Amino acid sequence: MHKDSLAALAEGLRSRRFSSRELTEHFLKRIEQYDEALNSYVTVTAERALAQADAADAQIAKGEGGPLTGIPLAHKDLFCTNGVRTACGSKMLDNFIAPYDAHIVELLDAAGMVTLGKVNMDEFAMGSSTETSYYGPTRNPWDTDRVPGGSSGGSVAAVAAGLAPVATATDTGGSIRQPAALTGLTGIKPTYGRVSRYGMVAFASSLDQAGVVAHSAEDAALVLQAMAGFDMRDSTCVERPVDDYAAALGNDIRGLKIGLPSQYFGDGLDPQVRAAVDAAAAELETLGATLTPIELPNTPLSVPTYYVVAPAEASSNLSRFDGVRYGHRCAEPANLEDLYKRSRGEGFGSEVKRRIMVGTYVLSHGYYDAYYLQAQKVRRLIADDFARAFEQVDVILGPTTQGTAFALGEQTDDPVTMYLNDIYTIAANLAGLPAMSIPCGQSAGLPIGLQLIGRHFDEGRLLNVAHAYQQVSDWHAQWPEAYA
Amino acid sequence: MNDTAHCIPDGWEAVIGLEIHCQLSTQSKIFSGSSTAYGAPPNAQASAIDLGMPGVLPVLNGEALRMAVMFGLAVDAEIAPVCVFARKHYFYPDLPKGYQISQYELPIVANGHLDITVGDAHKRIGITRAHMEEDAGKSLHEGFVNESGIDLNRAGTPLIEIVSEPELRTPAEAVAYMKKLHQIVVYLGICDGNMQEGSFRCDANVSVRRAGTTAFGTRTETKNVNSFRYVEKAIEYEINRQVEVLESGGSIQQETRLFDPSTGQTRAMRSKEDAHDYRYFPDPDLLPVHCGAQYIEDVRATLPELPVDKRARFERDYGLSTYDATVLTGERPLADFYETMVAEAGGEAKLCANWVITDLLGALNKAGLEITESPVSAAQMAALIQRIGDQTISGKIAKEVFEAMMNGEGDADAVIEAKGLRQITDDSAILAVIDQVIADNPKQLEQYKGGKDRVLGFFVGQVMKATGGKANPDAVNRLLKERLGPPGEA
Repeated sequence: MHKDSLAALAEGLRSRRFSSRELTEHFLKRIEQYDEALNSYVTVTAERALAQADAADAQIAKGEGGPLTGIPLAHKDLFCTNGVRTACGSKMLDNFIAPYDAHIVELLDAAGMVTLGKVNMDEFAMGSSTETSYYGPTRNPWDTDRVPGGSSGGSVAAVAAGLAPVATATDTGGSIRQPAALTGLTGIKPTYGRVSRYGMVAFASSLDQAGVVAHSAEDAALVLQAMAGFDMRDSTCVERPVDDYAAALGNDIRGLKIGLPSQYFGDGLDPQVRAAVDAAAAELETLGATLTPIELPNTPLSVPTYYVVAPAEASSNLSRFDGVRYGHRCAEPANLEDLYKRSRGEGFGSEVKRRIMVGTYVLSHGYYDAYYLQAQKVRRLIADDFARAFEQVDVILGPTTQGTAFALGEQTDDPVTMYLNDIYTIAANLAGLPAMSIPCGQSAGLPIGLQLIGRHFDEGRLLNVAHAYQQVSDWHAQWPEAYA
Repeated sequence: MNDTAHCIPDGWEAVIGLEIHCQLSTQSKIFSGSSTAYGAPPNAQASAIDLGMPGVLPVLNGEALRMAVMFGLAVDAEIAPVCVFARKHYFYPDLPKGYQISQYELPIVANGHLDITVGDAHKRIGITRAHMEEDAGKSLHEGFVNESGIDLNRAGTPLIEIVSEPELRTPAEAVAYMKKLHQIVVYLGICDGNMQEGSFRCDANVSVRRAGTTAFGTRTETKNVNSFRYVEKAIEYEINRQVEVLESGGSIQQETRLFDPSTGQTRAMRSKEDAHDYRYFPDPDLLPVHCGAQYIEDVRATLPELPVDKRARFERDYGLSTYDATVLTGERPLADFYETMVAEAGGEAKLCANWVITDLLGALNKAGLEITESPVSAAQMAALIQRIGDQTISGKIAKEVFEAMMNGEGDADAVIEAKGLRQITDDSAILAVIDQVIADNPKQLEQYKGGKDRVLGFFVGQVMKATGGKANPDAVNRLLKERLGPPGEA
């Protein structure tokens, strides 16, 4: 059952071939069996899941429910879940139980989905390998000596290993697309403002966006459909009707104009990755799309820009973790200053501290103009690059990452190398554009990801292109042998 | 208040700017749906948003925006077509998010002004800006041992911070400015003006310089002064302190100070070295706020008449003196009371003004009551005025009736009936009394006839006394003169 598509699972539930309880038990058993090696789950909510499954079965029995009713999923551990710990990969929130649900948790609950548990992530979503989690690193099901990417490493490892059919995730600089690429999954980061951020623990508010990782564009479309839409509790959420993603999937891509930015195919790109991406582009051409070389000249500025904007917002967003009202509090504080220093010193890991310090620095008096303000200006230039490109083309195509999954510990001592993992993914966040990664090949048995970037609110088209490709390729159907 | 310019040492000039925090009277908080009502049990009005829980987000309360725009329009300021919320960072236990959502580079209101009067001098004071922000919670120290309590009920209450130009020169001007602002925000209905509860509080920036020089001296900021009197005292103290320091060869430290009402002094709280770097930046959780021309005009249409316009109208339409009009428009409820009273009385505007200012306000003041708590309503006051007008009672008797009304003895007619105070206007009844009085006082009659015309007053007094003051004084005079004839004519 764990290799079935969501549509197949829904069909199985409706035709009573199996119940949601059986389906849920199947995944819970697999978690028990496999997750010790992978460490994808931080919290498994078995009892709750079974209760939700029973409720779903009751709905289905009455002929009610929708396409997701009774289907299990895992939530990235930064979506607040009422009554269940939301730790965000941090010691700081190890004891934090939110008294509210994130907007998307509400929506997916309402859609009848069954929450198996909360999955691991880099601490406060800061990282590209899921090695900065307080709960230890998550491993890549394709090679457990390698990282699954990050920060949504728990989400992708769980889905890639069949420990959940689908999972929620978030993407601030590539945290959905890079791990999806490294584990052979389909991941979509929607347009900024398409999905409410309410109840999602903030990393960098102007960049964070919730999305989904799945085995196919078709699966991703179903779940994104249920997550997207206006929420008045998030002022940055856009009030605009949501397209019918599933309906868009069958669309012909003949005449589709695909842009290939030269900046995404330059130095540092692994030749095998390049070959796979070129082949995928050629495949889309045979389906009737046209390929156009384009320029995104400010691409080289995206990483430095991001590493000013994101830490600045993070340093501010993480100020609330002060040991006063919830979260980690140091033992026996001598005074207020001691309470702050030790609670934060003990509660945050080193990558989080590094970014808080960078962010505090760039917002400081005398440095603000040179760093933060300058970065905002460059951000505008990067967005303008895309706006110009989208006058010429409908979709931008390139690699998601420069290489395939790297070994655990390989990059942890070198933050700058680690930051370069996001070199192709960050720009979409800075411009607020929807983007996705789909598998397009393998190198030495490790998956390679193809990135597609669309116009604002053009998720439907991206999913359709991905789906068209997945109709003529089977990279998305590959499973790591040990978990097949 | 007297002109306190004399409190400034000779040869020196003070430069004063005020930052006034004014709590907006919205039902709910500026970025959450929690109630803003005062006095609830600690933390009973703190939602997940007010508590700064992870993942929750602020959403601007449209009422707070509307009130801020009303204020801007009332002080002839520019309303920013686009204003931006910014985060102001510092750590304190009563600041849940580690930052306060405020406005920094693009505030909602800029470049307004306010005209003040001190003594006979009129002066226009610039309002640099007014911005929207959220209030912090409160730290509680009483009743805790080795720890502090935090009450976040106030956290997220909407404020506007109104910043004046450094154009005030004396403590009296500062107080006049503050009172004028207070009057306006209360008039607008955007602030309850309650200074004890902290709804209207002031930070005073003060520096001094040699008279005739133009460069600013180093300033200090005295924080959170919450009464007009304390503001005056704090500024006065600060001016004298600074002059003393400078005259003895010292220099002023740029610092934050606190005013201690028990000593009348200010003391240093923290120096510039300890000053926070607030690291302001635009809040990415809130979009820039656009105020279009139509929106601004819609708000303008809801503005009530402002004190200065009301005063002019009272002078013009009711024929009142500037003094009377100023008193009556001092507070909106008082002006409303007066206008209702005039309308009910069907005129007699001047008489109504006298009664309100002299009698009603005097009595209320004695009883420690506000106009809104007056035991006598405007309609009841109007009825009293009508009884004077239709000669049911004299002005003098009316005072007695009013006193009874204040004591809750009913409206004018009831009191007049109960006490039998109806004026005697029937000539024959008055003549009967006059004849009796004349008969009882032959000596005085002789004097009158002998030419002592002052004795007429004696007879009037006797008649009034005999009627218990109820006789119509005009009638008494007229009838007495008829009876007695001209003085000196035996």
